[in-house]
Amino acid sequence: MTSPPIRSGSRRELLASVAVTSLLASASEAGARGYSGSLPFRTYSADPPRPVLPGAWVFFTQDEAVAVEAIVDRLVPADDLSVGGKEAGCAVFIDRQLAGPYGHSSRLYTQGPFLPGLPTQGYQGEMNPAQRYRAGLAAIDAHLKREKGRGFAALPAVEQDAFLTRLEKGEVTLPPGSGGAQGFFNLVLQNTMEGFFSDPVYGGNRGMASWRMLGFPGTRYDYRDWVSKHNQRYPLPPVSIMGAPEWSAR
Amino acid sequence: MTRILPRKDAVIVGLGWTGSIIANELADEGLDVLALERGPWRDTATDFNIGYAQDELRYAIRKDLFLQPALEAITMRNNPSQTALPMRDYGSFLPGHGVGGAGVHWNGHTWRFWDSEFRINSHLTERYGAAKFAGLDLQDWGVTAAEMEPYYDAFEYLCGISGKAGNIRGQKQPGGNPFEDPRAREYPLPPMQMTYAPTLFAEAARTLNLSPFPTPSANLSGAYVNSLGVAMGQCTMCGFCERFGCANYSKSSAQTCVLPVLMRKRNFELRTECEVLKVELHRSGNMARGVTYVDSSGEEFFQPADIVLLCAYGLQNVRLMMLSGIGKQYDPNTNEGTVGRNYCYQTNCGTQVFLEGKELNPFIAAGSLGQTVDDFNGDAFDHGNVNFVGGAGINCIPTNARPIGYRPVPPGTPRWGSAWKRETARNYRSTLSFGCQGSSYPQRSNYLDLDPTYKDRHGRPLLRMTFEFPDNDIRMSHFMSDRSEEIARALGGRQHTTSRATKAWNSVPYQSTHNTGGAIMGTDPTRSAVNRYLQSWDVNNVFVVGASAFAHNAGKNPTGTVGALAFLAADAIRNRYLKAAGQPLVAA
Ligand SMILES: Cc1cc2nc3c(=O)[nH]c(=O)nc-3n(C[C@H](O)[C@H](O)[C@H](O)COP(=O)(O)OP(=O)(O)OC[C@H]3O[C@@H](n4cnc5c(N)ncnc54)[C@H](O)[C@@H]3O)c2cc1C
Ligand code: SF4
Repeated sequence: MTSPPIRSGSRRELLASVAVTSLLASASEAGARGYSGSLPFRTYSADPPRPVLPGAWVFFTQDEAVAVEAIVDRLVPADDLSVGGKEAGCAVFIDRQLAGPYGHSSRLYTQGPFLPGLPTQGYQGEMNPAQRYRAGLAAIDAHLKREKGRGFAALPAVEQDAFLTRLEKGEVTLPPGSGGAQGFFNLVLQNTMEGFFSDPVYGGNRGMASWRMLGFPGTRYDYRDWVSKHNQRYPLPPVSIMGAPEWSAR
Repeated sequence: MTRILPRKDAVIVGLGWTGSIIANELADEGLDVLALERGPWRDTATDFNIGYAQDELRYAIRKDLFLQPALEAITMRNNPSQTALPMRDYGSFLPGHGVGGAGVHWNGHTWRFWDSEFRINSHLTERYGAAKFAGLDLQDWGVTAAEMEPYYDAFEYLCGISGKAGNIRGQKQPGGNPFEDPRAREYPLPPMQMTYAPTLFAEAARTLNLSPFPTPSANLSGAYVNSLGVAMGQCTMCGFCERFGCANYSKSSAQTCVLPVLMRKRNFELRTECEVLKVELHRSGNMARGVTYVDSSGEEFFQPADIVLLCAYGLQNVRLMMLSGIGKQYDPNTNEGTVGRNYCYQTNCGTQVFLEGKELNPFIAAGSLGQTVDDFNGDAFDHGNVNFVGGAGINCIPTNARPIGYRPVPPGTPRWGSAWKRETARNYRSTLSFGCQGSSYPQRSNYLDLDPTYKDRHGRPLLRMTFEFPDNDIRMSHFMSDRSEEIARALGGRQHTTSRATKAWNSVPYQSTHNTGGAIMGTDPTRSAVNRYLQSWDVNNVFVVGASAFAHNAGKNPTGTVGALAFLAADAIRNRYLKAAGQPLVAA
């Protein structure tokens, strides 16, 4: 048995001075840091989101963008409740997401071996979302041109809906690795809903269209004045991270 | 090459809830304490900034604050005959990362486990006979609720928990939880102001002779100065709580409760972006020499220390023990071994009631603002006539109505198109949800070990999780679904729907980050990994703190008990271990 390293009864004296330890700061400026003696605070260390700006497509080709705009406009159709997915910016949202860390699965575990999994084990494909869109959209385009002689965007709305329903049910064959027709449909549906309902700072939900439809007040953060007003509708319009149009109108 | 650093009295692996509590206690004792944290420094003003903290896409959907699987993933399968594959994205549970750990982005439901849970084997055997739970490896924890009381009290007064006591020193208190064990005093803060949905839920529950009470909450009902003298603010019910840091200093966490005091102590040092790879043992095997860690530049260090505290979250504690050779790997075939056994989770079901013409304002919400019914939790009711043990808390705690994730629609509604949109808009503000958080009891084939195939970025094996809901727990959950239906009927409404638990635990949809066991506390060194002081049975100067110590999981969130265990371990080190350093506190 090793001898006990702390002698019983003896307590260490407080170390005389341990300011911010230089040891690690010098070892690697980039990340690892040592702190002692105070709460660290570095100015400009906040990391706010960078607003998506309208403009040219970043990830999609022109043809892909046309198809995705048509798809999101059927998933979220324009009606008396809100504008459609295209006008709400869902395709722009997806384009920018696919160009960033999400599209490249850079935060996920992407080491092999890649084996077919059980449903309870989640997505096990090798392709990241960006690759799945590229392959999935191309396969849909080829499929429709073969079957109908034209791409998705050129179909009438009824046929577009019928085709999306077949994708959703897995009745169309897409290349392996992309997650199959159902997997690809679910991915596009998920991303479209993200774009429609997320903060407008990411390029979708233009004018907070979906939040106005639901009555969601967005980023307000303080409801203490309304918590006890049971069964009374909250009266204020939504606000986003970038503010609200009402503010700049004044 | 590994650089060798100057010795420390105590090294703490992970600066989350447990790490910060223990660091502060040991620093008060005068020890020279170092915490090594894998993730970055995080604080309210900079990282949970009120200008953009309420960003659902970034924090709830893309999970900005959580442990990224690229850094460390876990493989899973449902039973030992299957091949485990990595969870390429975390889904069912979301481990924390960075200073504050998962305590940054928890909800704050803060429970005490009951005496009948700490003494579960003895209690159930006395009441029903051991045959009642045959096939479940239920073990006593080695502590009683009375022994845990001062530690629960310490955690609740550190946090500023808002609640209503149900039992003060044996005196039942109207309005509180009638099933709780005696507590020494009231909660530090009164319950939060109730929103509409939990108010309706409580009214319905009362018509069924159930006993709803306000859920004990780490979202503060008012301004508070905690037991360390740190000031906190009132929760504004922002609805961006779980998965988010709080911009108001109103959610109890290491940041709001401990770090303002701890970071000023000169005998405490924190190193961030330093991942501990291994606890290094003396050749004797029963003492640790310190830990090896790697910083974000890739440089490796050896940090000698007299005491090593694993506070890295339950699952990571277990993996570090396995990678370091602390304790014997559990083998489900022989039922032998101490590390990896008794892995448990949570058995949940949920109900949605589609009301008509009600304005619930569901976005006015906080992580733990709601009502709970404990009449069917644990052994609060007689199990003589039912074919299971355990139970669930029934919780109406609408935490948010963030629209990417929260869009209740009746079953059968299309997922897109005009009909989808109509139903989404129609039900958004008027759907009442509640859920049953059920117990999870250990069975032999549910365990943790190291994966034979998949490796982390340092080339070390990932943790492998083998888990399926035991039959007992499925039966329990079905019973709870039936009770939920009764409450739903009492609530009325246009229609309602209740889920029923099914086999094959699915790692994809979020369930809860309540992973328990794997390094359990107990009285028998052949069937537990740590003693009642959370000291390793095998390596005397290693303490393993977290829900890894739970011998089973109750129908409750774990952190009240995790925090109490942190105070218990700190007390044991301060008042027992330092007087007999290097010695086991319980004779094996
Ligand atoms: C979304 C969510 C909601 C929750 N809601 C509730 C709730 O309502 N009620 C409740 O009771 N509980 C809840 N929990 C659980 C609660 O957050 C945890 O029980 C609690 O934080 C555990 O404390 P801990 O100290 O064990 O781990 P943590 O607080 O997670 O801290 C562990 C720390 O160790 C670090 N670490 C890990 N590995 C290493 C390594 N190798 N080297 C260095 N550092 C390392 C991590 O980065 C982390 O900072 C929730 C959790 C989540 C994720
Ligand atoms: S709900 Fe309350 S405690 Fe939670 S993040 Fe919002 S203000 Fe903070």
